[in-house]
Amino acid sequence: MDINDLRSILTVAGLLCFLGIVGWAYSKGSKKGFEEAANLPFAEHDDQDATPRASPPR
Amino acid sequence: MSGTQTTYNDKVVRQFAVMTVIWGIVGMLVGVIIAAQLVWPELNIGFLHFARLRPLHTNAVIFAFGGCALFATSYWCVQRTSHARLWGGPLVPFTFWGWQIVILLAAITLPLGITQGKEYAELEWPIDILITLVWVSYALVFFGTIAKRTVSHIYVANWFFGAFIIAVALLHLVNSAAVPVSLTKSYSAYSGVQDAMIQWWYGHNAVGFFLTAGFLGMMYYFVPKQAGRPVYSYRLSVVHFWALIFTYMWAGPHHLHYTALPDWTQSIGMVFSLILLAPSWGGMINGIMTLSGAWHKLRDDPILKFLITSLSFYGMSTFEGPMMAIKTVNALSHYTDWTVGHVHSGALGWVAMVSIGSIYYLLPKLFGKTEMYSTKLMTVHFWIATIGTVLYIASMWIAGVMQGLMWRAVNADGTLAYSFVESVKGSYPFWAIRWLGGVLFLSGMLIMAYNMFKTMAGGKTQDAPVIIPAAHHA
Repeated sequence: MDINDLRSILTVAGLLCFLGIVGWAYSKGSKKGFEEAANLPFAEHDDQDATPRASPPR
Repeated sequence: MSGTQTTYNDKVVRQFAVMTVIWGIVGMLVGVIIAAQLVWPELNIGFLHFARLRPLHTNAVIFAFGGCALFATSYWCVQRTSHARLWGGPLVPFTFWGWQIVILLAAITLPLGITQGKEYAELEWPIDILITLVWVSYALVFFGTIAKRTVSHIYVANWFFGAFIIAVALLHLVNSAAVPVSLTKSYSAYSGVQDAMIQWWYGHNAVGFFLTAGFLGMMYYFVPKQAGRPVYSYRLSVVHFWALIFTYMWAGPHHLHYTALPDWTQSIGMVFSLILLAPSWGGMINGIMTLSGAWHKLRDDPILKFLITSLSFYGMSTFEGPMMAIKTVNALSHYTDWTVGHVHSGALGWVAMVSIGSIYYLLPKLFGKTEMYSTKLMTVHFWIATIGTVLYIASMWIAGVMQGLMWRAVNADGTLAYSFVESVKGSYPFWAIRWLGGVLFLSGMLIMAYNMFKTMAGGKTQDAPVIIPAAHHA
């Protein structure tokens, strides 16, 4: 096996890793955590007028 | 992790925010001067000629103006979204003063012709070492603050800021590697086509991570804050982040089309540049759609005007970039003013406008006021800056395409139809329009400085208390 096979494997692994991240990001399990994270900037008291979203994230 | 009432470190944010405006004026003034030097060549006086001042302009606007804006906003954002005071004690003021010394040294050495000759990495090796020290301190402060956060999540803006800090460290260390021969002279560790490739791997990723990822971090915090609603899609922001990380590193070769760089490397650079359109537009849509349902806020809020317009220019230049990376298009655009126009569509339209919007958001909060001294002047600034940017980009498009067409035109017998100087002559009117665009943009910054000093006058500089950890649900 020469070094170029390793390089090809790494490229494919990179793609699969990215697709895995996309799958994870759009999975049901990550929904609640993302909702909490998305509202982090609004924890400050100067934000009474902010409208945290209760609907499911897009 | 302690529940005791501490305050955020707003002093360093205040320092960087004010210097953003000051260095913005300095850097853009040098830009206006060199634009004038192209129109009126007699302005090239002594050693202060175009070739010496041009790197001063690029370094000042990117690293002084853009850099201070990134320090200010990332320090603000990481504290507010981690519910923790900046970690690092004396390292924090060191990042401020160290960075200011780097900028001063650049302002002294570049006009004197002390340079490594690498675009956007001109500074000589002793300054490079100081940059490394400041940057490592910055990374320690930033990630140290993330580590001591009292919430479970790391907000997406901090991912972008973090990637920007790590990538810039990597780029700087690799591209600046050099053999010093004296205090003011060194030779690059690389030579030939490898040197060119490493330079543009650096150069394009400086665009990708310094001028994109960092400012996207700004966008992901300040757009939701100013719009008063969370980002349109947090999922999309996660995908946006990783897509940028996976693709940006490979796009550099498009700066070296039709050179001695191997053809396959050029093709890879072109393909990855085209792929970049997807995450770029994903991010732009995510930012703009955050305002969905609150579009009316755009009517009378100049901060949102700046932020949303910056996203429009971001979308425009990230469409233009991949197109220009296509080899056949690049054959026309390369080495012409089209490239300069493209860069400024990103630099003025995206980077400067998102920074200006964010700094306008920060200034009153940093000086204990409810709003800027004059909202009207902010609106005036917005329109002057927008018109200036459009004049700049449009004139450079016309000049660039004209130059490209003139340079490739041949007579029936195969000789060149135009001499180079004929294309220079034809460019004059457009260079004058570009200068005017720059003058307008600079005037906007002067208005901002006036507004800033009026806001600062009589302001309180008290640090805000850190939010009590009870707010998190983990």
